Amino acid sequence: MDMLATTTVRREPSDVYDFWHDFANLPRFMTHLDSVVETGPNATHWTATAPFGQVVEWDAETTEDVPGSSIAWRSVGESLVPNQGKVWFVPAPGGQGTEVHVVLAYHLPGGAIGKAAAKYFGEEPHQQLDDDLRRFKQVMETGEVVRSDGAPWGKRARHEFPQRAAQPLSADERAEVFAS
Amino acid sequence: MRANCFAGRNSVEVRDVPDPSLLSRRDAIVRVTSTAVCGSDLHLVDGYVPSMQDGDVLGHEFMGEVVEVGSGISGDTLRVGDRVVVPFPIACGSCNACAAEMYSCCENSNPNAAIAEKMFGHPVAGIFGYSHLTGGYAGGQAEYVRVPFADVGPLKIESDLTDEQVLFLSDILPTGWMGAEMCDIRSSDVVAVWGAGPVGQFAMDSARVLGAHEVIAIDREPYRLEMAAAAGHTTINFDDTDVRTRLLELTGGRGPDKCIDAVGLEATHGSASLQTYDRVKQAVRSETDRPHALRQAILSCRSGGTVSVIGVYGGFIDKFPAGAWMNRSLTLRTGQAHVHRYLEPLLRRIEAGELDPTRVITHRLSLEEAPHAFDIFKNKQENCEKVVLTP
Repeated sequence: MDMLATTTVRREPSDVYDFWHDFANLPRFMTHLDSVVETGPNATHWTATAPFGQVVEWDAETTEDVPGSSIAWRSVGESLVPNQGKVWFVPAPGGQGTEVHVVLAYHLPGGAIGKAAAKYFGEEPHQQLDDDLRRFKQVMETGEVVRSDGAPWGKRARHEFPQRAAQPLSADERAEVFAS
Repeated sequence: MRANCFAGRNSVEVRDVPDPSLLSRRDAIVRVTSTAVCGSDLHLVDGYVPSMQDGDVLGHEFMGEVVEVGSGISGDTLRVGDRVVVPFPIACGSCNACAAEMYSCCENSNPNAAIAEKMFGHPVAGIFGYSHLTGGYAGGQAEYVRVPFADVGPLKIESDLTDEQVLFLSDILPTGWMGAEMCDIRSSDVVAVWGAGPVGQFAMDSARVLGAHEVIAIDREPYRLEMAAAAGHTTINFDDTDVRTRLLELTGGRGPDKCIDAVGLEATHGSASLQTYDRVKQAVRSETDRPHALRQAILSCRSGGTVSVIGVYGGFIDKFPAGAWMNRSLTLRTGQAHVHRYLEPLLRRIEAGELDPTRVITHRLSLEEAPHAFDIFKNKQENCEKVVLTP
């Protein structure tokens, strides 16, 4: 399963590259990721939460790193869902900032595990990547993921309808939203 | 707190809801001192804009006092105690749309952008109290409201102007102004305005301030036309007059140089058959909007002229007169008002006495009377033009 998504961020390519290059920033806008930790030169350890209550972990190596321009990575060793990704940054015309292009590829296993993994990545995986990039743009341009009363969950956004009503959160709802 | 909520199609209720709290660093909480009912609130409540939910707090025209600010708001932009008018579109101030001063197209303020993208091709900004398609933000027909990106939107009022003089900077005055501004008015221009509701009235006043030779108001409600006439505008009642014929008479056969649609998707008109056609298609959802005013504006406009659309459309229309538009070199311009860019200039024009926003107010009611306000405004009872609500 290959996916390509793009957005334009009104920041310099070097800023956008720097933010992405610090892999620990990725969980700020990527729904599934809990953490990405640097474990050595060009080596990272990724942790994600699956909907069936499991924590999914894998190691990755950085396979390409061109400052201000592109970064690529791929999972190594044992992984439930072998995956690889590449992001590259292109100056947008007329000083409009930076075009961010992302390609992700997942190798879904067959059988029950494959079905579970597909569910984990959502019914519309491409929509999720689009939403991840939208949140990346929000973080880069405004400092945080945007929240409304109807959709207060930040990066844990759930798009299904009905949402909660567009009225202020109760204390309990607020505690739940900011729990993680 | 008390807040006016959507309670299902054709129904609003003032309910107890939680007080708002800060959700983001650049939020402020505003205690509402004045709010208003807008024609587009009627479109929402009448069920013509998708993604409304029971309990949604309505209202996108409001002002008040800042009672709390988030940690991301610096004291030189906004402080507790400031008196502010809040623009209805929510804008981040840092995306490319905001940089181009197209605030109602802000690329970041709508957390439901994916839904808007499916409906409109590209997302639109968040708007207070205006369905989940525009973000699912609680609105300002309430005692308190959370204002995101409070370092970008709110306009501080530091003079002694009354709430009623500045409240409409939140929406209808900039909306009417932008409708006229998009016409690039010249001193020889005759400008026709469909709809003599509050936005139409402000479009007329704006066209005159921008130098139009003559301004013509088109509506069917005598009290609305009288209000336009009292402000010095020419009037046409489409209930007893053929609009196109009268416009030709008033313009030496040329047609109005510039036409403004201040009606939008719930238009009514004199032709029973066409009205029925649109109403039936709308009822079965094969056409979401009734575009009669827009059609008539396009057919009436002088060749080479501009049709400026500020009335709200939400979906799809039938029988768009593309032939007239194309063959007669018409320019069609539109947009939800980019309110932020007009706040300071229009405040100065109010201070200078060039514009008097208070002239459209016919009713002053309490927030608790919101359901009654919606009723008389929608059904044009009690000569209702504009209702201001006080929490």
